[in-house]
Amino acid sequence: MTERKIRVLIAKPGLDGHDRGAKVIARALRDSGMEVIYTGLRQTPEMIAEAALQEDVDVVGLSILSGAHNALVPSVLKKMHEYGLKDVKVFVGGIVPKEDIPNLLSQGVYAVYGPGTDTRHVIEDINQAVNP
Amino acid sequence: MMKSSFNPVAIRQGDRLALSRALSAVENDMPASREILEALFPHAGKAHLVGITGATGTGKSTLVNQVAKTLRMPNTGELPRIAIIAVDPTSPFTGGALLGDRIRMNDLSGDQGIFIRSMASRGALGGLAHNTAAFTTVLDAAGFDLILIETVGAGQAEVEIAELAHTVIVVEAPGLGDDIQAIKAGILEIADILVVNKSDRPGAENTALALQSMLSLADGNQRSQVSGKHMRQSLSKKSPENAPAMPGWKIPVLQVTATQGDGVVGLIEKIHDHKEYLLSSGLWQVKEANRLRRDLEAIIKDLLVQKWERKVDSKQFETALSEVTQRALTPLKAAESLVN
Repeated sequence: MTERKIRVLIAKPGLDGHDRGAKVIARALRDSGMEVIYTGLRQTPEMIAEAALQEDVDVVGLSILSGAHNALVPSVLKKMHEYGLKDVKVFVGGIVPKEDIPNLLSQGVYAVYGPGTDTRHVIEDINQAVNP
Repeated sequence: MMKSSFNPVAIRQGDRLALSRALSAVENDMPASREILEALFPHAGKAHLVGITGATGTGKSTLVNQVAKTLRMPNTGELPRIAIIAVDPTSPFTGGALLGDRIRMNDLSGDQGIFIRSMASRGALGGLAHNTAAFTTVLDAAGFDLILIETVGAGQAEVEIAELAHTVIVVEAPGLGDDIQAIKAGILEIADILVVNKSDRPGAENTALALQSMLSLADGNQRSQVSGKHMRQSLSKKSPENAPAMPGWKIPVLQVTATQGDGVVGLIEKIHDHKEYLLSSGLWQVKEANRLRRDLEAIIKDLLVQKWERKVDSKQFETALSEVTQRALTPLKAAESLVN
């Protein structure tokens, strides 16, 4: 029998053009046996929610280096709720000042990762979030 | 993970979340999969299935993006609803996959008449995934008029798409090979339409000419009968009548630059022409019947194996195996004694 693979959407909302971090994470998740959908740069919250809906992912990873996380994350979450994706888990990676993290977590993001995070840590957290 | 109960009515009424979750159930062979396919099968059989195949990096995703975008441009008449299945390879080492076809399809975002789903090949070797055909049943029943199926970057032997799609587009690009590549067996033989993409690059004209002369080496009805029959026989030995020759269809070679949209309108015309051709010649029904015949045969084999597995005693099997390993018995004789 096929076991259900974990499907993850890695998306970059907003206008910054630095996608190395997103690619590193996408590659690491692929190598851990997950199916990773990568949508590329400059995604609107609506595009991200729509991709998450069509791909029926378990997890969405948002890579944000622009500093606009306090605006972008809530809009992505709101769109996802509108589309009925209440059970999809969301994490954030990128440059997020420490003092902003509790705010993001309180909105429903399950983890925020900064530069230098061990990818094994990210993988473990995803497994935990999807199959608690 | 079962997130919501399955609802065939919602799927047919255009509920995208219900559709998406049904696809997951089917993709993972979950128990609900059978229920879904049983309910939707009677409503499928209307959509035009178009395959897009070709080597890695020839621009298949970009081409799919342009074709879908152009078809959805507001003009006269009703716009077709379009589903896209984009298959990418699963790593044979880790079982993981990076599905990146959507990167080229961002133009299509926000259009409720389009539904894109990425699919990992999960070990299947023919250019599609095991459940790609079942996906088309679900999407067809959900009311999509056109289903574009993009295969994994295919080399010379990934020709499964020819069994699934009504119309197969093979995408080439300049600089990938000479005229000898063009007369080799395999992927070029399954084309109903040949596209030379990236035609703004040097050498595109030569690639198109090589393909054209490949086609002219065996032109007319004879060509399609000969190549069609050989190809189909290798795919399905039991059904040589699978080989619908294509008298009256001349395989076009089109130069396209998908990034700019050049030549895309011409390609769409040919896709329509091919559909018309299949319908008016009766080949549409022949293809459908052949596909369902193969499905039926495959299912019968599966069921027989399952039945046999329930019947056979594992001790008997192990005894036979040990005789085979000692070379006292050939595998064929052992199998015959176990099956009968």
